[in-house]
Amino acid sequence: MSREIKLSTPLQEEDVLHLRTGDKVLLSGHIYTARDAAHKRLLQDLDQGIEPPFNLQGAVVYYVGPTPAPPGRVIGSAGPTTSSRMDAYTPRMHQLGVRATIGKGRRSQEVRRVLQEQKAVYLGATGGAGALLSRCITGSWVLAFEELGTEAIRELEVLDFPLLVVNDAFGGELYVTAGR
Amino acid sequence: MRSIDAREVTRQVSQMVVEANMVLPGDVSTALEKAWENEDNPSGREILGQLLENARLAREMSLPLCQDTGLAVFFVELGQECRLRGDLYQAVNAGVSRGYEEGFLRKSVCNPLSRKNTGDNTPAVIHLDLVPGDRLKIRFMPKGGGSENMSGLAMLTPSQGLEGVKEFVLQRVAGAGPNPCPPGIIGIGIGGSFDQAPLLAKKALFRPLDDIHPEQEVRDLEAELFEAVNALGIGPMGMGGRTTCLGVKIQAAPCHIASLPVAVNIQCHAARHKEVSL
Ligand code: SF4
Repeated sequence: MSREIKLSTPLQEEDVLHLRTGDKVLLSGHIYTARDAAHKRLLQDLDQGIEPPFNLQGAVVYYVGPTPAPPGRVIGSAGPTTSSRMDAYTPRMHQLGVRATIGKGRRSQEVRRVLQEQKAVYLGATGGAGALLSRCITGSWVLAFEELGTEAIRELEVLDFPLLVVNDAFGGELYVTAGR
Repeated sequence: MRSIDAREVTRQVSQMVVEANMVLPGDVSTALEKAWENEDNPSGREILGQLLENARLAREMSLPLCQDTGLAVFFVELGQECRLRGDLYQAVNAGVSRGYEEGFLRKSVCNPLSRKNTGDNTPAVIHLDLVPGDRLKIRFMPKGGGSENMSGLAMLTPSQGLEGVKEFVLQRVAGAGPNPCPPGIIGIGIGGSFDQAPLLAKKALFRPLDDIHPEQEVRDLEAELFEAVNALGIGPMGMGGRTTCLGVKIQAAPCHIASLPVAVNIQCHAARHKEVSL
């Protein structure tokens, strides 16, 4: 039977060490959005000595490019995008202090290794459930790269955002490997 | 000769792109409900429940089902006795631009080299067929990147035959695993040329899930692959279970005696499409 664990950001090392693949997580607090273009820019900026737009220590990064907020809502549809496209950037993000990433789909072996090394986790949100997930987002602010449109870095305030631990800090893997 | 004003095309397109993104087609929601009833893996079943709930909320809140509101793909059938006053391609693109802006949809189209966003989700991909009659039929599908990225083409040889086709399809679906948001629809194009096979695969995705292919041989292959894909056990969002796809749709066309092209176009569970006839 899988456990249901409530967590708040920023995440501490103990929070992560407590999690196991298959656990359900209800996450509250502040998380940061970034997709391909934002990762590239953030890390390039860092190399130039430019501070990242949010504190990476204990941060949770959500791979999402939301739809624009219609009037009266803080955000539009906001489900996860395919995480593997960020695999090239993820090890460095964890080395810089990021404790968890949120997305959908499988991660590379290298990312899974770094999760163990850096004591971090990869959390899965239900892909294509953008309307459902948007109800757990209570605030949204653009922090950087506004010109990237949907790919800008946003700070999101979330309440009981439903997640599953896909890869824990001990080498666990949730996804079924098809028999081929 | 019947004539249609291009502005009417723009108006219809601007509405259909918004509706298609917010309302899951009936055949897809029926298939998801059936899958939910039959799924015995608890995690997989929970995901299916979330997808049904998501579809209900999207409709009620007028929010897109998925934040990836896609690259706009159109199949347009223009009757030979129908004359369009104005430019069809311009009219469709103007409808996409307006609909994506007014409907608060995501603009997900960029220059492939500079990666700069075009800003209004144009240009759309527009396939035009000339057909008998005096009607103009427009079919639209917002195609998400996650599932499109998992699609593929193989130029098989005749000796690899049907076995090779099946193997390629299963390899693609198994390799894609959770990434293309299963359970979706597997569109397959067999035959034709290098360029035609993927187009057949995409066209296959427009067939309603409950339609029956007129050719027995194709029908049998669809049924066999449907069983085989679901036997992979990937399950909803890769959580395991018997629901890896909601349907397998195949379109075939004659090919060169030396070749056997096969294309697999994977569609996620957000299988949005809509059509209007003018
Ligand atoms: S694959 Fe489909 S359901 Fe999944 S995120 Fe992309 S468009 Fe949405």
